[in-house]
Amino acid sequence: MQTDQILMMFFAGVLLLGALGFFLGRGKAARTRAGGTHMHSQPDQYAWFAVLSSAGPALIVAFFSAIVLGVFENAFPGWLAVAGALGLGAFGLFVGLNRIRPELKARDSLEQAVKWTLLSAASISILTTFGILFSILFEAIRFFQMESFWYFITGTNWAPGDSFLEAAGRGEGAEGPSGNFGAVSLFAGTFMITAIAMLVAVPIGVSAAIYMAEYAPEHVRTVAKPVLEVLAGIPTVVYGFFAAITVAPLIVSAADSVGLDASFNNALAPGIVMGIMIIPFISSLSDDVITSVPNAMRQGSLALGTTRNETIRFVVLPAALPGIISATLLGVSRALGETMIVVMAAGMRPNLTGNPLEDMTTVTVSIVSSLTGDNEFESAATLSAFALGLMLFAITLALNSVSVMMIRRFREKYAINDL
Amino acid sequence: MAQSLDDISRQLKKRHRKSKHMKWLSMSALIAAAAFLVLFLVDMVVKGLPAFQQAYIQVEVDYSERASELPLAAVEADVRELVSRGYLRLIPNRMEADPDLLGTQRMEWVLADDAVDQHLKGRDTRLKDKQIAVIERLVEQGNAELRFNTVFFTNGDSKLPEMAGLASAAVGSVLVLIVTLAFAFPVGVMTAVYLEEFAPDNRFTRFLEININNLAAIPSILFGLLGLAIFINFFGTPRSSALAGGLTLGLMTLPIIIITARAALRAVPDSIRQAAFGVGATRWQAVRDHVLPLSMPGILTGSIIGMAQALGETAPLIIIGMIAYIPDAPGSFTEAATVLPAQIFTWAGMPESAYVERTAAGIIVLLSVLITLNATAVYLRKKFERRW
Repeated sequence: MQTDQILMMFFAGVLLLGALGFFLGRGKAARTRAGGTHMHSQPDQYAWFAVLSSAGPALIVAFFSAIVLGVFENAFPGWLAVAGALGLGAFGLFVGLNRIRPELKARDSLEQAVKWTLLSAASISILTTFGILFSILFEAIRFFQMESFWYFITGTNWAPGDSFLEAAGRGEGAEGPSGNFGAVSLFAGTFMITAIAMLVAVPIGVSAAIYMAEYAPEHVRTVAKPVLEVLAGIPTVVYGFFAAITVAPLIVSAADSVGLDASFNNALAPGIVMGIMIIPFISSLSDDVITSVPNAMRQGSLALGTTRNETIRFVVLPAALPGIISATLLGVSRALGETMIVVMAAGMRPNLTGNPLEDMTTVTVSIVSSLTGDNEFESAATLSAFALGLMLFAITLALNSVSVMMIRRFREKYAINDL
Repeated sequence: MAQSLDDISRQLKKRHRKSKHMKWLSMSALIAAAAFLVLFLVDMVVKGLPAFQQAYIQVEVDYSERASELPLAAVEADVRELVSRGYLRLIPNRMEADPDLLGTQRMEWVLADDAVDQHLKGRDTRLKDKQIAVIERLVEQGNAELRFNTVFFTNGDSKLPEMAGLASAAVGSVLVLIVTLAFAFPVGVMTAVYLEEFAPDNRFTRFLEININNLAAIPSILFGLLGLAIFINFFGTPRSSALAGGLTLGLMTLPIIIITARAALRAVPDSIRQAAFGVGATRWQAVRDHVLPLSMPGILTGSIIGMAQALGETAPLIIIGMIAYIPDAPGSFTEAATVLPAQIFTWAGMPESAYVERTAAGIIVLLSVLITLNATAVYLRKKFERRW
């Protein structure tokens, strides 16, 4: 039988059980109450109690058998799981209906059930984090069983294609068995592009935030905020196209005019465009931080006869510095993980160089290219994506944690609650 | 050393000048950001607008016996290269569908090749001088013109630029968003309700909060790796399907919905809850009948913003294979599908200039949808916002 047919049958069965539970339960409760007995809860609450006692076990059994079937394929046939789940549901319906008595606290059981349902929904986000961590970790471990971890973090030769040739016995063998997955040049490219992006985003973002928080009249703020939000809402694939089609040729011709040789996949174009993309993140968080610096500090400073400029530079900005650093770190973490702009505008060639006009590739580009290639999933070339992903996860997690710590310190220092 | 008043007032002037400079400097940063936005939008519109027009030429089509086998024979040799190959390829099908066509000859407006289209729009093409002469003749006779490009909105992807359209990607995007919303909205709202209304202040709750904030900052491409490892390799969801893509994006938008829904729930004043408890409602009754309905506008606004973000996301979908070549719109959640941004990405990698134009046009369409979504969100917020 088809999977979707089985699923259809199951959901039809659960719906039927639930409906049966609801109407039979309500009928029984209503009859009891009509007989003049005082009941603890409302008839509808008894009805939902019956629904829960029938559909609940069925859903739980189905959920766990789906997981078991996911781990061990064909451990038992799918229809068996459905039959078991529905059978248990029917049994639950019978028990539940029998338990409907005046003294049953259906309302309290309902409350507990709702609470547990909400809690399990909330756990999904925890499961997601661990899902990301473990799915990446396991594949990365498989990768490191094939390739040397030490070379991965210190080596400079990134040539997944050669590993395939070597596995096929056609490699030149010059690098030895573990010499094809040195990620240093990828990280160098990533950090170069990130650095360019931050050189664009931090000065502009922070200055814009200073203007918005300290100088701008109200009507400018109401216009400028949405403009920056639009900048943040533009999809990255669109920025990538802009970088590749418009900015990169501009940079090449600009470099040409001063006698420099630039590649069309130079690191400058994605870096600058990524910087533009990050401006709103930095400016909006910095804006929030600067506006929440207590006004007493400004007043105190102005009362001493400083100019506005001096107040901002010597009082407001130092106070807001942890927040601004936190915003910058968040921006860095976003730049490191940004994919589409670099996939479309940066190069594919791992290149260890300090020249931003040359083409270079990044971690995210390598992840994409190794997973969209026609390599086998089990091959080291494909699994290398997960090793790179693990590095990316670790770095961005660390950056985010530091960022959260900085903002908390700022908040505690000035007793600000709404940040 | 004592300073004269003159010195001090000179210093003061300098300080005030500096202060003014700082104002202008910081303002110019904001102007720079706005200028980038304008430059970018103008660039896209200039590049993309031509794609909303498409060249058609009027040629004589000969539905002969030979044409049903060799479609090239249906038009005269000099315009053969100028007519879209996609049109010619369909001639036998049309003749089969309508037997009366056989043996007739008539003038028909047909879709032109992308080279003709680009030539009429004033770009350099691979056309030979002889062909350009033919085009010029057609233009003079009024047999070639640019029309509104309906193909762009009704066709799926194609390897022929003049036949390529957004329709299948748009359908894919809708399917993906349905899955995303169906997953992320209930789970997100339930999480928010739990954290705001039910959760005790303990270590688990704090862990949950930190975890959600972290999730919001994880690079989107890692969600793609998760989707690949969990949904596709583990649960066996079909690769490239709207289901796998929607669930992946659902996990990605979850933190956004949770954070905005929590803010909306927190905005409901405690007096509402106290009143509900006062008349004997349980926590769940108070939430269901009072707090949730009151915070719904805020929750919806947050969800729309989350959906807009999911609509523009590409990286995780590339990882789970949603950049496949999809000429026909997917009919179900488990069929291979592609989405608007992925379609834009695919076109951006094509060498023909007609694709560059279409990429920019696709971007215009995508941005219009996003702006509409965000404007709706802002409107909803303005309309239903309540100050307590």
